[in-house]
Amino acid sequence: MFYRENGQFKTSYEADQALFPIMQDRVFIVVLLLVAFVGIPLLADEYLFRAILIPFLILSLAAVGLNILVGYCGQISLGTGGFMMVGAYAAYNLAVRVPDLNMLVVFILAGLITTVVGMIFGIPSLRIKGLYLAVATLAAQFFLDWLFSRVKWFTNDSSSGSVSAPVLQVFGFRWDSPVEKYLFVLSVVVLFSLIARNLVRSHIGRSWMATRDMDVAAEIIGIRPVYAKLSAFAVSSFIVGIAGALWGFVHLGSWEPLAFDVNRSFSLLFMVIIGGLGSILGSFLGAAFIVILPLLLNQVPHWLGLPMSTATAAHFEAMIFGALIIFFLIVEPHGLARLWAIAKEKLRLWPFPH
Amino acid sequence: MMTAAVASASSSTHRQNIGEVILAMENISLAFGGVQALSDISFDVREHEIRAIIGPNGAGKSSMLNVINGVYHPQQGTIFFKGEKRHQMDPHKVASQGVARTFQNIALFKGMSVLDNLMAGRNLMMKTGILQQALYWGATQREELAHRAKVEEIITFLEIESIRKTPVGQLPYGLQKRVELGRALAAEPSMLLLDEPMAGMNVEEKQDMCRFVLDVNAEFGTTIVLIEHDMGVVMDISDRVVVLDYGKKIGDGAPNDVRNNQAVIDAYLGVQH
Ligand SMILES: Nc1ncnc2c1ncn2[C@@H]1O[C@H](COP(=O)(O)OP(=O)(O)OP(=O)(O)O)[C@@H](O)[C@H]1O
Ligand SMILES: [Mg+2]
Repeated sequence: MFYRENGQFKTSYEADQALFPIMQDRVFIVVLLLVAFVGIPLLADEYLFRAILIPFLILSLAAVGLNILVGYCGQISLGTGGFMMVGAYAAYNLAVRVPDLNMLVVFILAGLITTVVGMIFGIPSLRIKGLYLAVATLAAQFFLDWLFSRVKWFTNDSSSGSVSAPVLQVFGFRWDSPVEKYLFVLSVVVLFSLIARNLVRSHIGRSWMATRDMDVAAEIIGIRPVYAKLSAFAVSSFIVGIAGALWGFVHLGSWEPLAFDVNRSFSLLFMVIIGGLGSILGSFLGAAFIVILPLLLNQVPHWLGLPMSTATAAHFEAMIFGALIIFFLIVEPHGLARLWAIAKEKLRLWPFPH
Repeated sequence: MMTAAVASASSSTHRQNIGEVILAMENISLAFGGVQALSDISFDVREHEIRAIIGPNGAGKSSMLNVINGVYHPQQGTIFFKGEKRHQMDPHKVASQGVARTFQNIALFKGMSVLDNLMAGRNLMMKTGILQQALYWGATQREELAHRAKVEEIITFLEIESIRKTPVGQLPYGLQKRVELGRALAAEPSMLLLDEPMAGMNVEEKQDMCRFVLDVNAEFGTTIVLIEHDMGVVMDISDRVVVLDYGKKIGDGAPNDVRNNQAVIDAYLGVQH
């Protein structure tokens, strides 16, 4: 009823190829951005920023990066944690060793350094696929784990590889309080999600998807597999690297390599699978699911007034969480983004389903 | 019945005259381990013609197409394309020289819409850099729109307007075959290789496909190399026919000559050699 494209006839291909071709979607996104940029800063408390919103946004960004590689280009990676780690330590080293560098430049350079590292570890993808590639990228994860905990130069000679980031300062302004940090992260995430969206609807995005769906046919229509795969690794790593730098500088403040271990890789992979492979929106939905659901589940016994020890509650949380993941994958293997699309489709026809 | 389709198509547009040799295959031999898929085969394709390759199952027809577009590299033989000797060349390089193809087992990008599949067929011609694509507005948008207009022409030509936004994985077989032809056409190839474009289709779908093939040839002057099992179709639409059997060439010539060739008749009737 309210979600109708009736009467919205597109009179040009330009309108049809717009970022959000349907008017309701445009309204929705504008409202969402207003809420995110204005509503939430006015309403949310410090806990919400620190524990939920900032991590949710940064992990969404990392998931967008990973989704480009896995969801759009079909190249599986278990090294995402490692690539975030590269971004974080690259930003740290740049900030510490070149103190006068603008932080935005630091983040971009950290992204570029991660791009190079990601492309190097992407080279095996030119030869191997699927599980073998998963193992190769897992090796990248372990190598990077080792590198940053053992090679003291990267961590400025700190003992356990733990480092503390300087305060975030951009254009002479300190992004110090939770709400400031939130706004900074939000801006970066919106910017790079837009870039990701633009890339996947351009010819480079089609070359990724073509490689994913049928690499032989892709090559026959003139798409060079080397270029498609390595560019996916490059763009993915760039975004993941920036997410890593944000995770270190904005969310954690100080960290050690353990913060970016293989568990991080797995949880990001879950996010893109649950959210929806090959969907930018899905990356956000998946991140929300993984970040917010445990926190909610944590509160459930409390709300129900059940007397439960924290340990039992934690076990319950893990069990329900696992069950929900399986449930969602069975109900909709294409992820939350697909559920969302189906809901919109229903809404569009409602109340007359025929 | 096929003749009716042919007649209507050829009357609508005037066909370009068949020209010089555009592709020459000379003494091509290809083996997979012990299997000799092609042995010492020579034939040529002329500009603007419809050249059929026929033969029983396993004769080496698909292998021949794969050699032409660089998927397989023959152990022996030379290929001349547009007058130039071609050295070992990867498929994407061959594509950039204006050769497009369809596959015996549909090889579409199943997760992408019809529109995106066709747009992907033109990827080769899109030149904006990655930073421009990241911004999208400006050069990339202009490029996308220009190519979209071209793709829409093909969509209209193939009468697939109503499914342009549908993921191809959801389409029935016959339509997928048509979309695959569309993706090949999107590249505006000078040579089109079609591997059994009508296999598994019903009569009506076959007629449509015949019409499209003839129209493409007539309207755009595209040279077509076609593998087909349906003899009626082959006799109707091709200018010249190559016959393969067990990797050897056993016939080459106009449809009628080939039909009356004893070796060909034997091969099709399964006479023991
Ligand atoms: N990639 C490959 N590896 C090994 N053998 C192959 C390969 N491709 C083709 N062959 C073999 O080469 C021979 C010719 O196969 P090809 O697919 O070219 O035949 P075809 O004429 O297209 O047959 P059909 O009518 O069944 O499509 C067959 O014996 C086949 O098994
Ligand atoms: Mg074949």
